[in-house]
Amino acid sequence: MMHKVLVSAPCWALTLCLLLIAGAALALAPVPPLKARVTDLTGTLTARQKASIERELKAFEARKGSQIAVLIVPTTRPEAIEQYSIRVVDKWKLGRKNVDDGALLLIAKNDRALRIEVGYGLEGALPDAIANRIIDEIITPRFKRGNFYGGIQAGVQTMMKVIQREPLPKPIRHAQENGGSPAFTLPSIIFFAFIVGQLFRGFIGSLPTALGMAAVSAGMAWLLLGTFLGGLLCGLVVLVILLFGGPYINGSFGRGGYYSRGGYWGGGMGGFGTSGSLSGGGFSGGGGGFGGGGASGRW
Amino acid sequence: MRKPLFLLALTLLLSGCGYNTLQSRDEQIKAAWSEVLNQYQRRADLVPNLVNTVKGFAAQEKQVLTQVTNARARVGSIQATPALLENQQAFAKLLRAQSQLTSALSRLMVVSERYPRLRSSSLFRDLQAQLEGTENRITVARNRYIQAVQDYNVTVRSFPTNLTAMLFGFHTKPNFTVENEAAMSRPPTVDFSSPSISPAQ
Repeated sequence: MMHKVLVSAPCWALTLCLLLIAGAALALAPVPPLKARVTDLTGTLTARQKASIERELKAFEARKGSQIAVLIVPTTRPEAIEQYSIRVVDKWKLGRKNVDDGALLLIAKNDRALRIEVGYGLEGALPDAIANRIIDEIITPRFKRGNFYGGIQAGVQTMMKVIQREPLPKPIRHAQENGGSPAFTLPSIIFFAFIVGQLFRGFIGSLPTALGMAAVSAGMAWLLLGTFLGGLLCGLVVLVILLFGGPYINGSFGRGGYYSRGGYWGGGMGGFGTSGSLSGGGFSGGGGGFGGGGASGRW
Repeated sequence: MRKPLFLLALTLLLSGCGYNTLQSRDEQIKAAWSEVLNQYQRRADLVPNLVNTVKGFAAQEKQVLTQVTNARARVGSIQATPALLENQQAFAKLLRAQSQLTSALSRLMVVSERYPRLRSSSLFRDLQAQLEGTENRITVARNRYIQAVQDYNVTVRSFPTNLTAMLFGFHTKPNFTVENEAAMSRPPTVDFSSPSISPAQ
């Protein structure tokens, strides 16, 4: 009897643990999509207050390049605020890529907990000790009095003041990098292959030209886009155009008929074109990285 | 004409069978592991300052302070290099030492709760914030390492990349396993001065 109890106790404990883990995995607090610099899921801030903080943060980004966001959630349970916070910034990617100058002020209202999460690039300007002081001396005293707007505003302003002193790269005024975007690269390569193909097919015949140009453009696309699949696809498109589009295009190149072949371009682009429209209004993270720096506090 | 074609075919073949994936996953693990070591180092650098500060207010807590200092010394004595990943035993030893430091430090923090003057000193509060931040960074770095190893090990084991892995000698890498975790979180010799109550003997 004793023996049986001894064996089954760990079994039960294990089962319970597994159940708990499974339950926790199912019920993680969701990370909201990033649409604005201030995200309030609790209705704590009025629209005007939100807009005011939003404006300050936007102006700061335009001036300094660094992205700060505020998120207010009811609770982060079952996770600790640190775990939830790193999930949020991993998804939001605040701050510029390779500068990593993002920061997040996260408030879990019902847990009475808050955290400042600091991107790699700001760990010098906003080290843990400073983040802790901002929480302890500026934000939580106001939160204790129920003044959430005041606490958030003062906290964010102090963060901006501290970051302001850090020499960071100048903000770039929305110069969209077109070089690496597939919507631009692929049509150029296909066009190039098409033109060169027209020149060569007179000398070496249709099939070798098509094969050669397909290989060349696949290689170029692979190099420029960095994805092998993209290169392969590009090569296939070129192959098809040069092999089967040939006879028709051959006669009508440079005349009206050329434009009626436009379907190929559309077909080639369709799968990729979507990535061009990412920055259509609203707010999105710039690709900054976080490593868990910052400080947490309670009120 | 033959040679470029051959090279091209080789490139296609190698990238098709996951050689490049293996290489990049391998690099990712190294980067993730370096970050773990980096954060462990950061914590170790913090310890002397912390110990000195606590000593100034709570010199009578000799036992805890000695434990922290010893654990710090043990951590320092292990050569933590990226090559450690290839050696399971050294890996486990490092993790054990680090976990002892973790528990020694957390006991130090618990003890320091008893000294209001220590707690209100701004130097101690800054150090405490740094320690908390560093512990959190360690957690994040470890999680990322676990993820990187998982990605890599899956690649090494699944078909057809396992053939490539075998051919080029890629082996699965050690991870923070549950056994390690258990060994790590076992608090070393906390004496509750009643050894008679040991269950299930």
